[in-house]
Amino acid sequence: MDLNYTSEQEAFRQEVRQFLQDQLPDDISERTQKRLRLTKDMIVRWQQILHKQGWGASTWPKEFGGTGWSEVEQLIFEEECALAGAPRQLDFGLRMVAPVIMKFGSQEQKGQHLPGILDGSVWWSQGYSEPGAGSDLASLRTTAEREGDHYIVNGQKTWTTLGQYGDWIFCLVRTNKEVKAQEGISFLLIDMKTPGIDVKPIIMLDGEHEINDVFFDNVKVPVENRVGEEDKGWTYAKYLLGHERTGLANVGQWKAMMRRLKEIARQEQDDGHAIIENPRFRDRLAQLDAELRALEVTVLRVLTNSSGPGPEASILKIRGTEIGQRLFELAMEATGQDALAHIPDALEPDYDGPLAGSMNATPAAGDYFNMRKLSIFGGSNEIQRNIISKLVLGL
Amino acid sequence: MNFELTEEQQMLQDSLRRFLANEYTFEKRRKIIESGQGTDAGTWQALAEMGLLAFTFPEEYDGLGGNGIDTMLVMESFGRALVTEPYLATVVLAGGLVRDAGSDAQKQAILPAIASGEKLMALATYEHGARYSLAHINTQAKNNSGGYELNGTKTAVIHGGQASQLIVSARTSGDTRSEDGITLFLVDANASGVSITDFATHDGFRTAEINLNDVQVTADAVIGKADQGFAALEKAIDQGIAALCAEAVGAMDAMMEATLEYTQTRKQFGTPISRFQVLQHSMADMFIQAQQGRSMSILAADSADSDDRDARRESISQAKLLINQGAREVGQSGVQLHGGMGVTDEMWAAHLFKRLTMINLLFGDADHHLSKVSDALLTKMA
Repeated sequence: MDLNYTSEQEAFRQEVRQFLQDQLPDDISERTQKRLRLTKDMIVRWQQILHKQGWGASTWPKEFGGTGWSEVEQLIFEEECALAGAPRQLDFGLRMVAPVIMKFGSQEQKGQHLPGILDGSVWWSQGYSEPGAGSDLASLRTTAEREGDHYIVNGQKTWTTLGQYGDWIFCLVRTNKEVKAQEGISFLLIDMKTPGIDVKPIIMLDGEHEINDVFFDNVKVPVENRVGEEDKGWTYAKYLLGHERTGLANVGQWKAMMRRLKEIARQEQDDGHAIIENPRFRDRLAQLDAELRALEVTVLRVLTNSSGPGPEASILKIRGTEIGQRLFELAMEATGQDALAHIPDALEPDYDGPLAGSMNATPAAGDYFNMRKLSIFGGSNEIQRNIISKLVLGL
Repeated sequence: MNFELTEEQQMLQDSLRRFLANEYTFEKRRKIIESGQGTDAGTWQALAEMGLLAFTFPEEYDGLGGNGIDTMLVMESFGRALVTEPYLATVVLAGGLVRDAGSDAQKQAILPAIASGEKLMALATYEHGARYSLAHINTQAKNNSGGYELNGTKTAVIHGGQASQLIVSARTSGDTRSEDGITLFLVDANASGVSITDFATHDGFRTAEINLNDVQVTADAVIGKADQGFAALEKAIDQGIAALCAEAVGAMDAMMEATLEYTQTRKQFGTPISRFQVLQHSMADMFIQAQQGRSMSILAADSADSDDRDARRESISQAKLLINQGAREVGQSGVQLHGGMGVTDEMWAAHLFKRLTMINLLFGDADHHLSKVSDALLTKMA
């Protein structure tokens, strides 16, 4: 047992750090660290810089243009990126649909879709959840009926993150109503420019447009856009959810946020002293710091487990999201009443209007509100406890 | 970066657990505790034969050259079986202190004797009114012609009544709370002026109050340098904390197992109570706490040998903080899920709960360790 990184891993960390120092544009890293809005162009620009370096897809095998890095190397890369203020790469393409296409897709699908994900030119959306089908995903009702060499898709998807920018959407659709819920589902790749698709914004409690409803009205989808076999979509979806869960621990992002929170706590004032000097506040910060450390060690234990991450990964989802939520809660509380003012324009580049307090307060309450989603999506934390009870504890 | 045990470690853990499962049963343990002896000669000798009493001593003193991870394995197994032997007091605390800070002559005289099982020791350092503060030492050591004369009272001396020799911290200079001016002494338990009051603890261990009244020791009884004992004392306590963390992880695992078994057997309303989701989520939370505790115990064990004080202190206090909180939740929930049976002396869960509770009170509770890591945030800032 040895908790030190090997000298190769340390050298790798240095290489990543140097690259970030040289290549990550200042305008992007500053906005990311201060938690201000990024433009689509900034996210694409960063993906292209990574792609040029050959690091566009840190989690992919080499044969598809990925880095072929080990899971520990991926973790180091993510952590360094987060600490340097690199924007989060787009999960929907890179981490969600791509692994499914690689494992279950046709040669044509691989050739058509993977390059656009890698260079950031094609943005993907996730079409899983439906109104009425949240954590009980398999109860979905969007249908795809076969007509010649097409499916005709009808129904509605919801919670579609960044759907307003989506070029393609991967969808779970019902192709067979006669069998058990899980057995009649297929996995379709749909071009969002197809007639009959309508994307409507859902404004979230922070006032932001991040999420959408997507409506399908007699949308024609070629049969060759189905991944794998008809009615086997549930298997592919579960494969994908397994990928999502380990990523939800978010250790790199949270370490960066913890560093930022400590910075905020030294800047924000409490009766003439920095708020970090207030023992009540500082104790909660220290408690969270310790819990984040435990999460980090637990992630490493799960990742280096030779039999691969199992259902224990549910712990990472629960703890990772709880810790993330408390980070943003403390950041809001650190700014106190300055966090009251809602100034969405101040999140945009080139804002030079008035602020109610420091820049720290500008995103604080909105972020706190936004992060309530963490314990709800990706299989709610209650569902994760069900998974632990059934699959780990055998109850 | 790896979390695997070596083949030797795995073998050792297996044979220790087998031994404890066969030889250290609930009933046997109860008899040992009722004897009031605080140790069982047969068990202690068996541990000596397995090499466990010499595990972390250097090879030239009959040791096996192990490290904090080895101590973790032993203590975790002890925690699963609630072993009440004086391992922490003798091997981890006193043995560790002599190993890290003792002279060659002291190591020669002490380590092989501990390794063979013939010598029990204890660390007498905490005092009334100090709570968990290690530097708060009022026991006085006055330099005189023959060496030093010690006067004072020590409390919470784990297994102090069983030890033939004590390590006593005393003040040779400085104010009551100063880290400078603390000196560590070897004191024979039967030396003139030493009076020891031995108590049972709630969890089957022994503790002692020790009074030192004009106790004369020679100059070669000093461990390390006079006035400069604090660093070694603090490191020994940190190693003790790491050991307790591992013991708590073992006890939490055992509580998990006992609770899973009980709830799947016990029926109410015509069904095993484990079918109720409200109980399932409680057990899922216990599992999360136990796993988080395991991560922190590994971190503590990995840091315990380090001489980088700030990094070691941070890891150790973070670990004890989260493990205390986890032990409280796992202990209380474990008893709760056993229902009325959980509060009877008959149930294993009740004994696990008592030990987990006492571990929380040893070497700093959650508040103490939270204040340590919290205040370190300010120092790091400066």
